[in-house]
Amino acid sequence: MAKLILSLEGSVIREIPLDKERITIGRRPQNDIQIENLAVSGEHACIVTILNDSFLEDLGSTNGTLVNGNPIKKHILQNNDVIEIGKYKMKYVVEVAAAGHATQDDFERTMVMKSQPGRPAVARPAASPTQPPMTGPRPATGPLTSPPLGARPAAPAGPAPKPAVADAQPLAALQLLTGPNAGREIELVKNLTTLGKPGLQVAVITRRPQGYFITHVEGASFPVLNGKAIDARARQLNDHDVIELAGVKMEFFLKR
Amino acid sequence: MINLGSVLEAVTATHPGMVRSHNEDSLAADAEIGLAVLADGMGGYNAGEVASGIAVELIRTEMKKALAGKTPEELDGQDAEQLIEKHATRANAAIYHASQTQPQYSGMGTTLVVALWHDNQISVGHIGDSRLYRLRDGALEQITRDHSLLQEQIDSGMITREQARHSQNKNLVTRAVGIDPEVETEVHTYSVEPGDIYLLCSDGLSDMVSDEDVQLTLTSLSANLPLAAEQLVQLANDCGGRDNISVILVRVAKLYPARTGLLDRVKAWFK
Repeated sequence: MAKLILSLEGSVIREIPLDKERITIGRRPQNDIQIENLAVSGEHACIVTILNDSFLEDLGSTNGTLVNGNPIKKHILQNNDVIEIGKYKMKYVVEVAAAGHATQDDFERTMVMKSQPGRPAVARPAASPTQPPMTGPRPATGPLTSPPLGARPAAPAGPAPKPAVADAQPLAALQLLTGPNAGREIELVKNLTTLGKPGLQVAVITRRPQGYFITHVEGASFPVLNGKAIDARARQLNDHDVIELAGVKMEFFLKR
Repeated sequence: MINLGSVLEAVTATHPGMVRSHNEDSLAADAEIGLAVLADGMGGYNAGEVASGIAVELIRTEMKKALAGKTPEELDGQDAEQLIEKHATRANAAIYHASQTQPQYSGMGTTLVVALWHDNQISVGHIGDSRLYRLRDGALEQITRDHSLLQEQIDSGMITREQARHSQNKNLVTRAVGIDPEVETEVHTYSVEPGDIYLLCSDGLSDMVSDEDVQLTLTSLSANLPLAAEQLVQLANDCGGRDNISVILVRVAKLYPARTGLLDRVKAWFK
């Protein structure tokens, strides 16, 4: 379960578990998190939690809500985000360590949930004897009323898709050695760079975590690498390799 | 007899990914009848593979049977949609029955995306979060809309697409084949243009690789479809490969109208 750590000028005041679907923050006493400070609006902000996600929304407060220093209206909270309301700070922390390994795996499985509220509760009761014990995220309230059914291993919830290439990968480029554009440099800034003449001879250079690779794409003749024609397989490029393609020679080199 | 083998080029690629020990995706493509099916199974032990395998095998064989006796003129958009719906329903019943009668298959299910090309059109049915994309004039467009919690959150304006990429709730689908006695298939028909490339994929691709990278790969490597499919799988693995990755690519070389003769065209005019 996620929690907020409320602090003022560096000293922790208390921890607030996000155990309700909606938690409100404001100056008035009916708020779940009451902050008696004039910089805080009566109803300042709220946090809606659905399964593993928590959404922070500013409720039109006078002085605004900041996340990691930026004003927000709506924000999907990420682990260790710092919410600022007036002089108060709230750190959003997701606790997973205590969950243990088995539970962690359950979180990674795709679940099916019946979400149509209008749908009659036919099917079968979620707790029917043939049903495997429900594991995984706790069922949410609100529109998602029934617990998930069934599970499929899926991509573990984790960071969003990152670029295919680690930033550590050194930048590389090609320098044309012959042809009308001899001397020109082509920086390999994309994950895929195609070279050659479409319909005649094309090769692609892919940038991968392991390095740069050249692969034949189309044409009767294959690219020549350091004087030898390559086959259909991808070949890794080394610094100062010479490629010959569609009548043009070029040198591959790493820029550091 | 329907034969689209000369106008459609279809390739498939599948890989368990870098984390999972086995592949629960199933897929099939048949350019001759203009069919592509992809399913991403769920359920303990081997049940996920069983569910996706039943769905793909049943749809492939039954559709082939159903299309064998038909001439292209006998299959319009409505027929194609009905065919997809009918066989998705049968796959649902078969998987549900197996899960109810055999304890080791209890609770299994699968996502499904089915595409059928006919008469300058494509009909696509889907259940869950396996997708169909289309590359046209260099632009990639997602054609199907996931049946997932995340998509519902996007639709209701709760989160933006950008925020969705950081969501922890990627693994919740709201519809699947074989979980309930009945399932609703979402089916639509679109017109096709020569040069279109269609991509069917499981979430092992779409969760790991950004749409921009998919578009770049398809546009750069459109001359070599098998390499493009392989490259997409490799990209997903390079990004972590946290799930099984499956890809079907189908290129439309030219149009394939059902009616080609002059008489046909005249008849169609007066119809």
